[in-house]
Amino acid sequence: MKLNELTAHEILDLIRSRRTSISEVYEAVTDQIQTTEKDVRAYVRLNEKPCHADALDAAAVPVPIGIKDNICVAGQETACCSKILAGFRPPYDATVIRKLKASGAVFVGSTNMDEFAFGSSTENSCYGPTRNPWNLDCVPGGSSGGSAAAVASGEAIWAIGSDTGGSIRQPASFCGVVGLKPTYGRVSRYGLVAFASSLDQIGPLTKDVTDAALLMNIIAGYDEYDSTCADMPVPDYTQALMNDVKGLKIGIPQEYFVAGIDPEVKAAVTAAIEVLTEGGAVVEEVSLPHTEYAVATYYIVATAEASSNLARYDGVQYGLRRQPAAVRKNPLIDMYEETRDAGFGPEAKRRIMLGTYSLSSGYYDDYYLKGLKVRTLIKQDFDHVFREFDAVVTPTCPTTAFKIGEKMDDPLSMYLSDVYTISVNLSGIPAISVPCGFSKHRLPIGLQILAKPFNEEMLLRIAYAYEQRTEWHKRRVFER
Amino acid sequence: MNQVVQQKYETVIGLEVHLQLKTETKIFCGCANVFGREPNAQVCPVCLGLPGTLPVLNKKALAYAMKAALALNCQINSFIKFDRKNYYYPDLPKGYQISQYDNPIASHGYLEIPAEDGRVKRITIKRAHLEEDAGKLIHDEGTNSSLVDYNRTGTPLMEIVTEPDLRSSQEAYDYLQNLKLTLQYLNVSDCDMEKGSLRCDANISIRETGDPCLGTKTELKNMNSFKAVKAALEFEERRQQKALESGERIVQETRLWDEGRGATVSMRSKEEAHDYRYFPEPDLVPFVVDEGVIDTIRRSIPELPQQKYKRFRSEYKLSDYDANIMVQDADVANFFEACARLYPQPKKICNWIQGPLLQELNARKAHVRDLRMTPEYLTTIIRKTDENVLSNLAAKEAFQHVMETGKSADEVIEQKGLAQVSDSGILESVVEEVIRDNEKVAGQIREGKESAVGFLVGQAMRKTQGKANPKILGELIRRRLLA
Repeated sequence: MKLNELTAHEILDLIRSRRTSISEVYEAVTDQIQTTEKDVRAYVRLNEKPCHADALDAAAVPVPIGIKDNICVAGQETACCSKILAGFRPPYDATVIRKLKASGAVFVGSTNMDEFAFGSSTENSCYGPTRNPWNLDCVPGGSSGGSAAAVASGEAIWAIGSDTGGSIRQPASFCGVVGLKPTYGRVSRYGLVAFASSLDQIGPLTKDVTDAALLMNIIAGYDEYDSTCADMPVPDYTQALMNDVKGLKIGIPQEYFVAGIDPEVKAAVTAAIEVLTEGGAVVEEVSLPHTEYAVATYYIVATAEASSNLARYDGVQYGLRRQPAAVRKNPLIDMYEETRDAGFGPEAKRRIMLGTYSLSSGYYDDYYLKGLKVRTLIKQDFDHVFREFDAVVTPTCPTTAFKIGEKMDDPLSMYLSDVYTISVNLSGIPAISVPCGFSKHRLPIGLQILAKPFNEEMLLRIAYAYEQRTEWHKRRVFER
Repeated sequence: MNQVVQQKYETVIGLEVHLQLKTETKIFCGCANVFGREPNAQVCPVCLGLPGTLPVLNKKALAYAMKAALALNCQINSFIKFDRKNYYYPDLPKGYQISQYDNPIASHGYLEIPAEDGRVKRITIKRAHLEEDAGKLIHDEGTNSSLVDYNRTGTPLMEIVTEPDLRSSQEAYDYLQNLKLTLQYLNVSDCDMEKGSLRCDANISIRETGDPCLGTKTELKNMNSFKAVKAALEFEERRQQKALESGERIVQETRLWDEGRGATVSMRSKEEAHDYRYFPEPDLVPFVVDEGVIDTIRRSIPELPQQKYKRFRSEYKLSDYDANIMVQDADVANFFEACARLYPQPKKICNWIQGPLLQELNARKAHVRDLRMTPEYLTTIIRKTDENVLSNLAAKEAFQHVMETGKSADEVIEQKGLAQVSDSGILESVVEEVIRDNEKVAGQIREGKESAVGFLVGQAMRKTQGKANPKILGELIRRRLLA
């Protein structure tokens, strides 16, 4: 196997035992980029070759990493794949970036995403779509599609994404990698360009569960710059990788296996559950009765917050500014309208309008407030289940990766792609997606594991035990 | 407008005051909170609202606002929640203002103002909440462009809203004066309208006296002094009266005070009803303030001006006028009390403070704290005057020297030889001398022209270079010539 196809922990072993160097690993990654990036288009910007000392301290994790284009890196363009932020260079590092820099991370580049993380296919990027490395006609999922595709194709050893309604887990599932959405408040959001502030969370996309634990060790923890970040100790997540699920109670929500699920996905997930049962887990059917309202609730709450979060892109301080030649209303209003019309793509406009509507006086009670109430009910469903169960297992997505362009004219069917991932964000709980099979068209299928808040260790424990019993995570896209 | 018309209507006023809290740092970031620095010199990614940044509440700002609210007799809401108020303006970098909507930190308070019959009137404070200030637009005539200064962005603001309890422009003025005084006592805001640390919008309507329903109100903005608030309200009151008298309807609108023209002017924009689309600020987690914390804040509130006024009236028997002047500045009031404790002659102390001391302060644009005069020195001067050691003139001189040199009153009196000569032995010989030198005048006095005594006293004073006690001199002269 080429160096860039290895996991981070394998590479660290090689570096620490001096069987390879950071430079060799970095070169393997950039060689891969040379070869496949023209097809995959995982990155929107590649960094200059980084200067790094080959001799680092023992705790360093000098692993080439891809960063989603919505996480601020000081002095480097961070545009959320939107024309409206073109050229914006934040003067500060996101907390996650600061932690990664301190760990010795090697930054490869900025990965593609749906504009402002609005989407499930990475097609809503102002730079054009990323392609699924397993099948270039298919989407990589989204919105962290660039990060997932980069890891799957070996163009990064691992990557950082963000997840508001499934944006780490769904592309992980589509690209056959591991994606973890931490508990809301486990990882600082400072420096993550906000989509929906009460739902957004940064997390890792990796080749296996061990890497997810390692990356969580770097990025998790309290941050005084984020009031929503929990002031709780961070465990060593690698300690959770104990290959033991004996006696764990795992719930299977009946609502997740109904109409709309691809039979191949259903079969793969059912087989995966069987693996856990064989490992000694106690599997029982559970009910999450408010699941059917999750998508509707999400698109009210998330768009409401987004409409407000995106108000700052007004052409005044940074990014795009357009002024029409002739005065229409008054120069200021004209500038706002022209800038936002030119700067936002269709999905961003759709969500801004949706959110503005549901917050408007006269509609607030029926939409936003109702949405918050249903959100509480959805969260209570999980509270109830987790009183008795250690984890819940579901498919990550109802289908495998769909064709590029297939759902672009049908936003609603695109939104339904997140039907299994959205409740997790609404409830603030952590979840992980791990590869659990392939379709007959050689497209990956993902298994989603959910646990109670701040119990990422449970996710990692079950995912690791599953991984130890299967080979899916060892498949590489370009292996011949 | 004739008086009949004025009496026909009752004026109803409510005030919205925005107060900048003088915390060291801004409300949601660590930037300094200072007025008057060069544009955009105190900004950071957070107060600039750069993508990815998040607010973190400055607990000091919350404590200041709670202190003010407690001093205004408000009920404190210990559940703290912020909301976003969404609107577009170039001085608002996030496109929303972090404010408080349905859950203000305080409500149901009141502030007392003087009423006509010498009693007090309570003005109900409907609510008070905490929010962030916006930046400032600077219009550059030269280039016909607008620039934004974000220094002010994120300054902690407290909005204090009254019920429509005020019935005249004078009451509005008194309310603002008392509010300012109270808040200055708390040291939470400079309350300087000219620097924008206190801003006031006024809602005003009129109705026929006795009508229980409120008339249509207008909102007045752009007043930059308390006097301007008063003048704008007076203008608007008359404008509305005239309008109703001539059968017009009042239009609900915002009107700007034009200081130059002395008139309110309609903003003319067909105000689309603003929809601020308030919703809970997801970046700030709601929390509950510990009762203990609120108690600590409550205990930190000093005696407030209204209470102090009442106490000065009863404890020191000061007149209404004197008590009022003594409480206008907490430091002056403390100075007065310190003096009164050292030398229980409150009226005399009060006169000294009102006269020479405040004159000096105003002339030097200084503050009591900065003065070299201490309560010990001032009471020494007053006491020595009472004891006839100092003449009034010498006392004033001693006062000036202490102010200028910072030396103690005793030292100044000693060094400058300001003490009066009261030793009758010494003075008798002076009197003898003066009578000898002015036989003619002495003769007139002997014949009963008592008014001439003053002339001889003056001569004796000159001989002693002003140090003699004129009272004793007068007595000696009288005894010598009239007995």
